[in-house]
Amino acid sequence: MLTSKRLILAHFWLAFAAFAGALLLGEWQMFIRSPLHAWISNPEWYYRSVTGHGTAMAYVLPTLVAMGFGYFITEAALKRPLIGRAWAWVGFGLAVVGTITAVIPVALGAASVLYTFYPPLVGNPFYYIGVVLVVVGSWIWVALMSVNLYRWKKDNPGAAVPLAMFANVAGSYLWAWTSVGAAIELLFQILPVALGLRTTIDAGLARVFFSWTLHAIVYFWLMPTYIAYYTIVPRAIGGRLYSDSMGRLSFILFLVVAMPIGVHHLFMDPQVGGGFKFLHSVFTALVALPTLLTVFTICASVEIAARLRGGRGALGWIRALPWRNPMMLAIAFSFVMLGFGGAGGLINMSYQLDAVIHNTQWITGHFHLIFGGAIVIMYFAIAYDVWPHLTGRALECHGLIRAQLWTWFIGMMVLTFPWHWVGILGMPRRMAYYDYTDPALAPQANWVIMSVIGGAILVLSGILFLAVLIRGHRAPQIDPGPYRFSVAVHQPRRVPVALNSYGLWLSLMVGLTLVNYGFPILHLLTTPGTDVPAITVGAQK
Amino acid sequence: MTHDHEPHGEGAQRAERIERRWATLSVGIVALLIVMAAFAGIHQATMPQPVLETADPRTLHIAGEFTEANLGSSLEPDGSVMVRAIGQQYSFTPACIVVPVGTPIAFRATSADVVHGFLIDGTNVNVMLVPGYVSTIATRFETTGERHMPCHEFCGTGHEGMWGRIRVVDKATFQEMATRHRRLSCVDQ
Ligand code: HEM
Ligand SMILES: [Cu+2]
Ligand SMILES: [Cu+2]
Repeated sequence: MLTSKRLILAHFWLAFAAFAGALLLGEWQMFIRSPLHAWISNPEWYYRSVTGHGTAMAYVLPTLVAMGFGYFITEAALKRPLIGRAWAWVGFGLAVVGTITAVIPVALGAASVLYTFYPPLVGNPFYYIGVVLVVVGSWIWVALMSVNLYRWKKDNPGAAVPLAMFANVAGSYLWAWTSVGAAIELLFQILPVALGLRTTIDAGLARVFFSWTLHAIVYFWLMPTYIAYYTIVPRAIGGRLYSDSMGRLSFILFLVVAMPIGVHHLFMDPQVGGGFKFLHSVFTALVALPTLLTVFTICASVEIAARLRGGRGALGWIRALPWRNPMMLAIAFSFVMLGFGGAGGLINMSYQLDAVIHNTQWITGHFHLIFGGAIVIMYFAIAYDVWPHLTGRALECHGLIRAQLWTWFIGMMVLTFPWHWVGILGMPRRMAYYDYTDPALAPQANWVIMSVIGGAILVLSGILFLAVLIRGHRAPQIDPGPYRFSVAVHQPRRVPVALNSYGLWLSLMVGLTLVNYGFPILHLLTTPGTDVPAITVGAQK
Repeated sequence: MTHDHEPHGEGAQRAERIERRWATLSVGIVALLIVMAAFAGIHQATMPQPVLETADPRTLHIAGEFTEANLGSSLEPDGSVMVRAIGQQYSFTPACIVVPVGTPIAFRATSADVVHGFLIDGTNVNVMLVPGYVSTIATRFETTGERHMPCHEFCGTGHEGMWGRIRVVDKATFQEMATRHRRLSCVDQ
C-alpha cells in the first residue's frame, strides 16, 4: 500500500546526491593531507571542503534517509496512505532550500567553521540558517510520524504497533529532543552574533549545548540501520525475527539512555566539572546495552534462517546462510564493522583512555568506521530492498550489488584501520597539511597513503551504488507485490502498554536530560565573565 | 514476556530463557565496564579538573596570571613546576615549553581568541583551551627529549601550522636555568 512513492524517492535521491558529492570531497581531503600532495597553497580550501563534507554526511544524508524511510515505513507497516502528504512535501522543500542556503556560503569560503561550528569562530549567517531549515523540515517529519501513529492507534485500539513503526516513531522522538540542543545554540547564541546583533558569546556553554545534540545524533543516524536489522534482514534472508519484544526494548533503551550522555564529548573541556563527566561516563556505558541485545537477537534470527535452510552444528550453520543474497552480505559486513567500531567506542568512553586519543585522527577513523561503515552500508541495503517497491521495476543486477557491498566493506577497512593507527601515533585531526619530513611524523606517512587508497575504493563503490539505483529506474516493470517486514517467531497480536507506547519513556528521556544537563547549563549561565568576543572566520587578524 | 498470542510452546519458553540469560550477561558486562571506569578514576593520576575557573581573553595580556611576563615554567617552593601557557591563532606562548624530567608538572592554560586544543605527543596531556575558561592538567615526564605539542581543534585557516614543542631537560639543567630567570621557556636554555 504505497501511495507516496514520489515523496519517498525524492528524499532518498536528495540524500544520495549529497552523499555522492561529499564522498568525492572526502577523498580529495584525504589526498590533500597525505604525503602524495605537497603543501596546499591555500589551506582555506581544505576547511571549506571539510565543512561541506561534514555537513552533507552528518546532517543532510542521515536526516533525509530517516525521513524518506520513515514515510515508507508509515505506509508499508500501517498499510494505509500517509496522512499529511502535503506537509511532508513542505518538510522536504525546507530541507532542499536549507541545503542550498547552507552550501552557497560554504562554497564561497564564507563559512569554513566545520560542521561542529564551535564558537567564538563565527561564519556567514546563511550557513546556520540553512542548517536550521533542514532541521525544521525534519521536525515536520517528526510531527507527521506522531500524527500517523496516533490516528492508526485510534482506528486499531489495543493492537500491537508494528515493530518497524514503533522503532521509527521512537527514532523521530529521539531526534526531536536531540536536535533541541544545537537548535538552542544556533538560535540563541550563534545567529544573533552572525547577524551582528551581539558581539560576544559563551563558547563553553555553546559546547555544552552542542554536546546535547552531538551524542544522540549518532543514534538518530543508526535508527534506520537498526530498523533494517530487526524488520528487514530476517525476512530478506528467509528467516524469522527471534524476538519482537527484544526489539521494542532496544529501541526504548535508545530513547532513554542515548540522550543524557553527551558530556563525554567534553571530557577534556574546562567548563564542565569532574562529577558530571563521571556521571555521563556511567550513562555512556549503559548505551552499550541496547546494542548488545540487538547483536544477540539478530545473530539468533540469522541462525534461524540458516537452520530453516538445513544448516546444522554449533557453527556449521554459518555455511548454510544465503551468502549470495545482498542483504546477507550487508548485515555481515555491518556487524563486523560494528564490532570493531564498538571496541573502539569502549576506549573513547573512559576518561583515562580518551586522554590518549581525544581529537586525534583516531576519532575521525572511529566514526568513519561506525557511521560511514556499519551504518551507511545498511542505508545501501535499505535502498536496494525498497527500490523495486518505489519504482515498480526490478533490481536484478545482484552481481553489481554484491560488488558494491564488497568494495564498500574493503574500502572502509583500508581507509579506517590506518586512520586509527596514526591517531594513536598522535596525529591531530582537522589539519590541511602535515610535515611528513619531520622525523616524528615520518612513520605516519605510509599509513595515510593507505587511507587514500581505501578512500579511492570507496569512491568506486559509491559510483557502483548510484549505477545500481539508476539502472533500477530503467529496468523492466514488475509487480513487486505488497512490501513485507520480518515476522517474529512468536508474532504478538497484543503487547504490554509499556512496549506499545512512549509516554513513560519520553518522560524519562526528558527528565534524565534535565538532570544530567540542567546543572552544568545553569552553572555556566550564572557564572559571570564567561562571554568572549566572537571572531569572524576568514577575517584578517 | 506475557503476550497474548499463539499458545506458548516449549520452544517459546526455551527461547525466552536464552534471551533472559543473554540480557543478564549484557547487564553484567556493562556493570563491569562502569566499575572499571570508576576504579581507573579513583586510582589514576589523570583526572578531569574539579573546578571551573574563568579568564577574560580581552584582558589576558594586561592583568592576571596570563600576562606575557608570567607565561612559561616556574619552579615552585615545593619543588614542583607550574607551566602557564596561552593559545592564540595560530601559535602557543611559549612556543616551546621547557620542563624538568621526573618532576610533578601542573599546566594552567587558556585561549586568547577561539577554541584550541592542547596535546603533548606520547603523553596523556590532552585538553581543550576554551576562551573564557582556564584548563588545568597535571602530569610528569619520565624521559628527556623534545615532543610535539600540536593544536588539535580547528581554530581557523592557519590551524595546520599551530604546532608547539615541549622540551624535557634533566633536573640539574632546569635548576640552573631557574636561578637565572623567574619564568622559563626553551629560549632561556
Ligand atoms: C559515508 C561515508 C562518509 C561519511 C558519513 C563521512 C563523514 C564525515 C564527517 C561527519 C566528517 C567531519 C569530521 C570533522 O569535522 O571532524 C568527515 C571528515 C572527513 N572525512 Fe568523511 N565521511 C565519509 C566518507 C569519507 C571518505 C570516503 C573519505 C575519504 C577517504 C573521507 C574523508 C574524510 C576526511 C579526510 C575528513 C576530515 C577529517 C579531519 O580533518 O579531521 N570521508 N567525514
Ligand atoms: Cu558521543
Ligand atoms: Cu588549531
